Amino acid sequence: MTRKLLTTARMLVVMTVLTGILYPLAVTGLAQMFFPRQAGGSLIARDGQPVGSALIGQSFMGPGYFHGRPSVAGKDGYDAAASSGSNLGPTSKELVATVAKRLAAVRTVNGLPAGAPVPADLVTASASGLDPDISPEAAYLQVPRVARARNLPEDKVRSLVERNITGRQLGILGEPRVNVLKLNLELDKLSR
Amino acid sequence: MAAINTDILQIALFLALLLFLAVPLGRYMARVFSGERTFLDPVLKPLERLIYRLAGVSDGREMNWREYAATLLVFNFLGMVAVYLIQRLQGVLPFNPQHFSAVPPDLAFNTAASFMTNTNWQAYSGESTMSYFTQMAALTVQNFLSAATGIAVVVALTRGLARRSAKTIGNFWEDLTRSILWVLLPLSLLFALVLVSQGVIQNLSPYLTVTTLEGGRQTLAMGPVASQEAIKLLGTNGGGFFNANSAHPFENPTPLTNLLEMLAIFVIPAGLTITYGRMVGNHRQGTVILAAMLLLFVLALGVVYGSEHYGNPTLRALGVSGPTAMEGKEVRFGIANSSLFATVTTAASCGAVNAMHDSLTPLGGLIPMLQMMLGEVVFGGVGSGLYGMLVFVILTVFIVGLMVGRTPEYLGKKIETREMKMATLAVLIPAATILLGSGLAAATRAGTASILNPGPHGLSEILYAFASGAGNNGSAFAGLNANTPFYNIALGLAMLIGRFGVILPVLAIAGSMAAKKAVPPGPGTFQTTSLLFTGLLAAVVLIVGALTFLPALALGPVVEQLLMLAGKAF
Repeated sequence: MTRKLLTTARMLVVMTVLTGILYPLAVTGLAQMFFPRQAGGSLIARDGQPVGSALIGQSFMGPGYFHGRPSVAGKDGYDAAASSGSNLGPTSKELVATVAKRLAAVRTVNGLPAGAPVPADLVTASASGLDPDISPEAAYLQVPRVARARNLPEDKVRSLVERNITGRQLGILGEPRVNVLKLNLELDKLSR
Repeated sequence: MAAINTDILQIALFLALLLFLAVPLGRYMARVFSGERTFLDPVLKPLERLIYRLAGVSDGREMNWREYAATLLVFNFLGMVAVYLIQRLQGVLPFNPQHFSAVPPDLAFNTAASFMTNTNWQAYSGESTMSYFTQMAALTVQNFLSAATGIAVVVALTRGLARRSAKTIGNFWEDLTRSILWVLLPLSLLFALVLVSQGVIQNLSPYLTVTTLEGGRQTLAMGPVASQEAIKLLGTNGGGFFNANSAHPFENPTPLTNLLEMLAIFVIPAGLTITYGRMVGNHRQGTVILAAMLLLFVLALGVVYGSEHYGNPTLRALGVSGPTAMEGKEVRFGIANSSLFATVTTAASCGAVNAMHDSLTPLGGLIPMLQMMLGEVVFGGVGSGLYGMLVFVILTVFIVGLMVGRTPEYLGKKIETREMKMATLAVLIPAATILLGSGLAAATRAGTASILNPGPHGLSEILYAFASGAGNNGSAFAGLNANTPFYNIALGLAMLIGRFGVILPVLAIAGSMAAKKAVPPGPGTFQTTSLLFTGLLAAVVLIVGALTFLPALALGPVVEQLLMLAGKAF
């Protein structure tokens, strides 16, 4: 009986070392060797300083930047150390009221009439709270505002959006989308 | 319309790739567990011998079902103790750059039960609770061990059904070790690197703070994510490194990783049906089961996709355009890939999520709940899906036997009182745990105080929690605040009962079936290799599930859907 228990304990230790230490360290080593940029978080640098990750959305509030999706990660949103969705259900009054408030805000800052249609992704919180993307429709909606704030011709900003649309992966997978951080970085280049 | 076509194309591609990968993997696993030669033997055989020597296992000696079950239980509970202790001690253990302190006792118990039972229910947020050491040496380890345990049990059951007049059903250590070395570890290593190439992170660095474009500060959580992500899906564990699980861009950055993650969830469970057919000597015995799984899966997916695509009329009325059900979903996945993932993860006992299930439309949330209540036999967890489905096979054979008035038999062996008792237990124990647990929570202040969404959705949150716990799924209607002593303990117990309340009866069936003689099929023998059997099996799964759970579901998601259509909110 004790011998069997001892065997069991030894087996657990051996398996822990194999799958809990050696395996993750081997993956870490190989990942750092072959894909160091991705393994480190796909960081984007500007003037030598990291400004964020290409994969992680960040907060944009000013009129001169394209805005991402509403986020409930952390206290102020886009807290990349506290990923989270709202978990509000489809018949939640809080959800309906929050969406109505966001709709009004989007319409106001973009100079749209009351009742104007707004793409869902601009007024609903993402699952991770870190969604880096918006739909092309949501980006196009913001073109006039961004162009006005930056004193740029609208069609120049519009064609920038067009160039920044990521199509379906391999032509079929996922949804067409625009990475907000990358788009705004390009926008800053355009204004310089 | 074009969007729907692309959606259907993506779903068809997923299913085609699944079958394309599962068949060769299933054949390979049959070789592994029959002790035949494989191409990995030159590397793995010496490693296997080394492991046995280090652990002091005298390999080869077969066990009867009681010995097999006892070894499995002791090994699993010792593993649970280890996970508990590592969490409690993480403050003084290495690889803790964020200096997280000890996990509180009730949460540590819940997490230990959760990962040991292959549930991976998470009442914590990974990035603010667990050190890298805990993630690797406690959680990743149980991801492997609980998956390997599931595979071991189904292999033992398969032997029990295939053997004649035998006393033993295999050696637990051998089945466990071979599952890890020949199946889980190589696939995980490969898959982890593919994930990293697409952007899943893998490092041991402290969290990184950057100054954003607008001058704000953002702290990016880091960690050894890819290594855990790979086995989390391949082992149908589902416990995310981060709180947002596979919705987090560092866990699931692209539509391609999303496709591969869904394939990783299903490939071993689907492959095991092929393994099963080979090991019982008639591949059709496996493919009829696979066909029943596919049939049930497509039905479930249709409802989820249809409901999510239809969306939320209340939001549409406010002037929201495009797909309205985007709350809790990611743009890169959209409606189709979120619906597909939700159906896959709850058909299997995975529980990884790429969208927040609490925010699904009522019918879109009903199906994940129902699939967990059915016992996750539609592909199901690695091993657990197939052994659960084989319990339903026995039930089906019995019911058919009653209808034609003959002694039921399966694979030439008579199904008798003992097997029926055990099969019934394996169905009733999780079902009773779900309903009694939900009832208790719904009737007590400790249970209802945790609800986020009022109205019928609140009941759904409770039902979902116990279905997920007892079904060893681990996904959640995460609005429910589950990190309370009540839920940590109640769900921890539900997970243990749901796991071993099925494993023990299944091993008992393996033992008693192994001992039986086989009789050659006669003219009155009911064929279990026909499409008719596929249909009957799927029907029995649905009828048993519906009879047990319809009343509860009617009060939760069904009534909520009707109220949503009527424009009501709570």
